[in-house]
Amino acid sequence: MKHTMNGYLRAGLILSGIMTAFILLGFFWTPYDPAAMGEADKFLSPSLTHLLGTDNFGRDIFSRVLQGAGTTFLIALSTVAIGAVCGTAIGAVTGYFGGVVDEALMRVNDALTAFPSILLALVVISILGPGKKFNVVAALGLVFIPSFARVTRTAFAALRDVNYVKSARLMGASPARILLVHILPNTLPVLLPAITIGFNNAVLAEASMSFLGIGVTPPDASLGYMLSEAQSLLTAAPWYAAGTGGVIVLLVFGVGLLGEGLQRRSREVA
Amino acid sequence: MKKRLMSLLLLAGLLCAVLTGCGDGSAEETPEDRAAANAITVGIAQDLDDSLDPHKTVKAGTREVMFNVFEGLMKPTPDGDLTPAIAENYTVSEDHKTYTFTLREGVKFHNGDTVTAEDVVYSINRCAAATETGIVQVEAFSVIEAVEAVDERTVTITISEPSNEFISYLTTAVLPADYTEQDTAPVGTGPFRFVSRTAQDSIVLERFEDYWGTPAQLDKVTLKIIENADSLMMSLQSGAIDLCSHLTSTQVDQLGDDFTVAEGTMNLVQALYLNNAVAPFDDVRVRQALSYAVDKQGIIDLAFDGYGSPIGSSMYPAFGKYFDEDLTDYYEYNPEKAKELLAQAGYPDGFEMTITVPSNYKPHMDTAEVLVQQLAAVGVTATILPVEWESWVSDTYTGRQFQSTVVGVDAANMTARALLERFTSTYGSNFINYNSANYDALFQQALATYDDAEQTALYKAMERDLTENAANVYIQDLADLVAVRQGLEGVVFYPIYVLDLSGIHYTA
Repeated sequence: MKHTMNGYLRAGLILSGIMTAFILLGFFWTPYDPAAMGEADKFLSPSLTHLLGTDNFGRDIFSRVLQGAGTTFLIALSTVAIGAVCGTAIGAVTGYFGGVVDEALMRVNDALTAFPSILLALVVISILGPGKKFNVVAALGLVFIPSFARVTRTAFAALRDVNYVKSARLMGASPARILLVHILPNTLPVLLPAITIGFNNAVLAEASMSFLGIGVTPPDASLGYMLSEAQSLLTAAPWYAAGTGGVIVLLVFGVGLLGEGLQRRSREVA
Repeated sequence: MKKRLMSLLLLAGLLCAVLTGCGDGSAEETPEDRAAANAITVGIAQDLDDSLDPHKTVKAGTREVMFNVFEGLMKPTPDGDLTPAIAENYTVSEDHKTYTFTLREGVKFHNGDTVTAEDVVYSINRCAAATETGIVQVEAFSVIEAVEAVDERTVTITISEPSNEFISYLTTAVLPADYTEQDTAPVGTGPFRFVSRTAQDSIVLERFEDYWGTPAQLDKVTLKIIENADSLMMSLQSGAIDLCSHLTSTQVDQLGDDFTVAEGTMNLVQALYLNNAVAPFDDVRVRQALSYAVDKQGIIDLAFDGYGSPIGSSMYPAFGKYFDEDLTDYYEYNPEKAKELLAQAGYPDGFEMTITVPSNYKPHMDTAEVLVQQLAAVGVTATILPVEWESWVSDTYTGRQFQSTVVGVDAANMTARALLERFTSTYGSNFINYNSANYDALFQQALATYDDAEQTALYKAMERDLTENAANVYIQDLADLVAVRQGLEGVVFYPIYVLDLSGIHYTA
């Protein structure tokens, strides 16, 4: 595969790189203790001491955004990992073998897709119990499986009868080997953009779930929960919503560019 | 293409919603117009959509407004007492079982009819038996044996056992007998008469000219329904409304010089309620340690901008005679002492706990966030578990499946019993599983006592018992902030959830 760069890819790599560095930084260092409250520091507007200002408890918003972006990033990453691994496995089996298994699994898939994803996540959360990060990941991961399954199934089905797969089959390669070694690498042009889009959706889904109060629990920071807090303080501390929302936008935009770039590259290569 | 069209339409729809939202501000009527007409517009957060019939009303928000339209034989006063309203006076028989009420002469209903003893009998019977659908039965009326109209102006009520709390239930609204349109066109005897209600929009009240007592000072009050908190703020700032209660300190801070802020109390006992039956809170030393570790004033300053009244037991200041001020500072903020007590109880390194919070109540969530910080200082790691209100009621309150919870407990009526009976060991809603033999005994004594001073002393002893055993970590009675446009005054607060409009007036 030729390594061609395009504008989208380059911009996406730079922006995502910056955001990732920002998030990694947040794991080790924040300018202030993200949970430290202070009566004198309430509602300070952005300044050199508090880059993004402070919130209604006098907590430094920049520190909380650093920490919260990390939480959101980890949740989104694990969600996409669950969705991509399980989804691809289902897609591979159904796409390659077809038949009854295909019908059965894909109809279940359709049924899951029929639910609005947040609603489905709500159901899972209400079964697992709210208030734990793991449950948020599990709920969102499950919700993300169908879209990956659908995308990869198409790719696997399309490659099932191409010549190099046929010849591998004739040489007696096992189905597992064919799926993993011969077909999977060739689905990457489809899979990678799907992963980037999925990642963005997961960031937004975490944000909406925490916004609805079923995601991450306070005083832990997550971008979604912070945004829901910021909403009620929109007139008192507009910088709160702007700072938090801005970081979500940058995070999603960066990965979005990356996805678009990957898609364009695969089209160019093809 | 289709998608783009859809999103354009959506955007247009959103814009419309936003713009009409702002449109509330551009009402033609200005505060000056209203001052000239001796009228005001009050912002309320919810429609009165249950029933305007006071015997069927279930929503606190409806009762709050209709308090101005209805009265009972007695009515509550701002300091937590009762005063005769439709009754001129009453006498109680020697055995405390027969109440004889003499009605005030010439009290008129809003429809012009004179209130008779028959109307009183009708109204009390209506709430005692709940024969009509939708009537909210008054539990305390179950002791009534007979209600009789002796003559036009005399009513006797006989009850089966003496109770010095019975009288406080006679605030139940008196309605004209056999008037069938209370639901939509309510008729009472209060200082304001109901004029109209436009669903989802507004309610109009006008002064009742034939009121028996001090007449209302305003000619007309329009209650504008504005459900969205941000629109409510905009309406205040733009001059569309003159008065609004139940605001937060953050909202009040944004108001500026056009408004004065009246500070009352919400009449709730906000506390970190502890499940006394579950480790580690089954140990009194741990509960006391938490009480020392929590800085009430700190919470009030940090999360409520200093608005709020610290409390030290299950009683709030508005209750006047039952409130014991000395208990407020029983546990003075002292993290060192807290650590000491924790060490004695076998937790030198603290422990982990969960705080269940009904997440729709922002003040409780905010309080919990500060609590987590304060508890961390003595080594206790607390995690907040936000739950919906329904699951709070079913799992935490009814099911008692919790470690600790931040919530506000209120009194259903103006009696100390309403706040204190709930912690007797056998009471059905003793959700903290409080179990003190001394407390139970004191309550039995209080019930059997008819003398008011003695009973008050017993109730105070119960409060002290709760405090000494640190049944809960008591925090505060939340502030109820009312924004009033400059030039208006006369807001008074009651120990119950009502908005009395009759005293509000323009100063000039």
